[in-house]
Amino acid sequence: MRFPPHAPARRRLEGVAVHLLALLLALVILTPVVWLLISSVSSTADLTSLPLRWWPGTPDLSRYAALLSVAPGSPGAAFLLALRNSLLVALGATGLSLLVAIPAAYSFSRLPGRRAGLLYAVLATYMLPPVALVLPLYAVLARAGLLNSVYGLALVYCTILAPFATWLLKTNFDAVPLEIEESAQIDGLSRWGVLGRVTLPLALPGLSTAAVWAVLLAWDEFFYALLFTSTTSAKTLPVAIADFAAGRAVDYGLICAAGVVAALPPILIGFLLQRGLLSGLSAGAVKG
Amino acid sequence: MSRVGTAGERHAALTRGRAPGTLTRRESRVAWVMLLPVLIVVLGAVGYPLLRTLYLSFTDARLMAFTQAPPWVGLSNYAQALQSPAFQAATGRTALFVVASVGLEVLLGVLAALLLNQRFYGRALARALLIVPLALPTVVNAIMWRWIYNPEYGALNALLTQWHLLPEYRSWLGDPGSAMTMLIVADVWKNFPLVAIVALSALQLMDRALYEAADIDGAGAWTRFWRITWPGILPVLSVAIVLRTIEAVKVFDLVFVMTRGGPADSTKTLSLLVFEQGFGFLRSGVGAAYAYLVVAISAVLIALYLTLLRRQAAP
Repeated sequence: MRFPPHAPARRRLEGVAVHLLALLLALVILTPVVWLLISSVSSTADLTSLPLRWWPGTPDLSRYAALLSVAPGSPGAAFLLALRNSLLVALGATGLSLLVAIPAAYSFSRLPGRRAGLLYAVLATYMLPPVALVLPLYAVLARAGLLNSVYGLALVYCTILAPFATWLLKTNFDAVPLEIEESAQIDGLSRWGVLGRVTLPLALPGLSTAAVWAVLLAWDEFFYALLFTSTTSAKTLPVAIADFAAGRAVDYGLICAAGVVAALPPILIGFLLQRGLLSGLSAGAVKG
Repeated sequence: MSRVGTAGERHAALTRGRAPGTLTRRESRVAWVMLLPVLIVVLGAVGYPLLRTLYLSFTDARLMAFTQAPPWVGLSNYAQALQSPAFQAATGRTALFVVASVGLEVLLGVLAALLLNQRFYGRALARALLIVPLALPTVVNAIMWRWIYNPEYGALNALLTQWHLLPEYRSWLGDPGSAMTMLIVADVWKNFPLVAIVALSALQLMDRALYEAADIDGAGAWTRFWRITWPGILPVLSVAIVLRTIEAVKVFDLVFVMTRGGPADSTKTLSLLVFEQGFGFLRSGVGAAYAYLVVAISAVLIALYLTLLRRQAAP
């Protein structure tokens, strides 16, 4: 920063104000999360002391140990199963959705015809309120024996992820230069060949962004998971955490620790893939 | 597949003077085949349930008796829903939640974006921090704030009493007068970074020359913001605003985990009401009618969103 000779005092004051405001912003964002983290390693005695002790006397990692315990009936057993279910559902639904979204996105991008309306219709379905679909989906899943099953839930999540991935991938395919595809076609590749061997490899960063967003969406989903799963064999992390929090004998530290573990993967992914994820967001079609 | 003909003929076929947007019959067929899987998902898993819910909304269906054909009751579920004080109250609460949350998210988001567009030490880190609330799962956000608001041991009570801003501990979520406000705070904290990120990306694309011209004209910061910055970011921002509104109308997780619609129904939004009718009371017919009224509200917003997106795509 170079301050022009005129009004240096005012400029310096502005610089100080900007730094203070930035500090305030960082505090607003970090304070609740840091408190969640501190609570997860504070003993119950510390957490329930009055006046509140803001810093634990000795860090208490017993909640994390409890969450990793596999003794049947323990909170850890329920938590680990939920972790597994969340992973299965998120990865399964993402894989399946990409499989249907990739050719559709290519078709919308490269062979649009007069189907722009259809593209927007597909996008609209992902924004519909789930309460409008939930009763029939429940009945269908019940009839198919897919209630309380990670497979059923993964299928249901495709209703959200597939339209969303189609839209995101379409904007990515749009950015692949047309000339490269045309020369590949002249060399005799079919449309499917062009998609598989030219467009997809070139759009790989966009594809991984779409995949990560899809995993995050599925990881976060609560409404369908709450209604379509009823036992630990299929409950996902959000449902298990809500169960912990709704239980009678509440261990606040344990809930916080479960929250930290559930939040860690998406936050780490968010940090690592910042640039790609944010440009996906700015493309304007991503759910918050 | 198309290995017939010489390279020259294929080239001619590819580049033959066709109007943009029109496809050969073969290409059109490929286009539809590629679309087929997604159309099956959309029609089967969204279209069918949507129509089925519409049908249920005209019947007296009960969740536990899905096998028999439910008795047809015409529009009575809708009449019942629209006249029901519970529905009207839930609509009012949802409107309050949406307007307050999205309004504050836009305000804070734009302010944060303006700040993050300045130069300061640690700017890259500050920008990266926006990811934290965004990536935090909604349910984790809900339990985090519930714990902060806890009436006996919560950090908010402890902080405010230790600073002598509050005489004694309060039940923030147990008081019908404050519960909705507390939900809105939790929602704003999680979602203002989305608006900030979108606004920041728009700010970075602004033409510096406009500001230099304004400087020469002696325009103040206020004028510069309203005459240059705001019109410049509004097109992109409006997409984010409508998107946030659509999400806020659907709000469920946050309310369900933090208050379950209580106390005294003071936070019972539309999604909670539909959930309760359809699954709590097992009255699917009435629940479906409620759901369709929510669809009607959402449809208007979705149409607005798509119009804005199209306008963005046009130039």
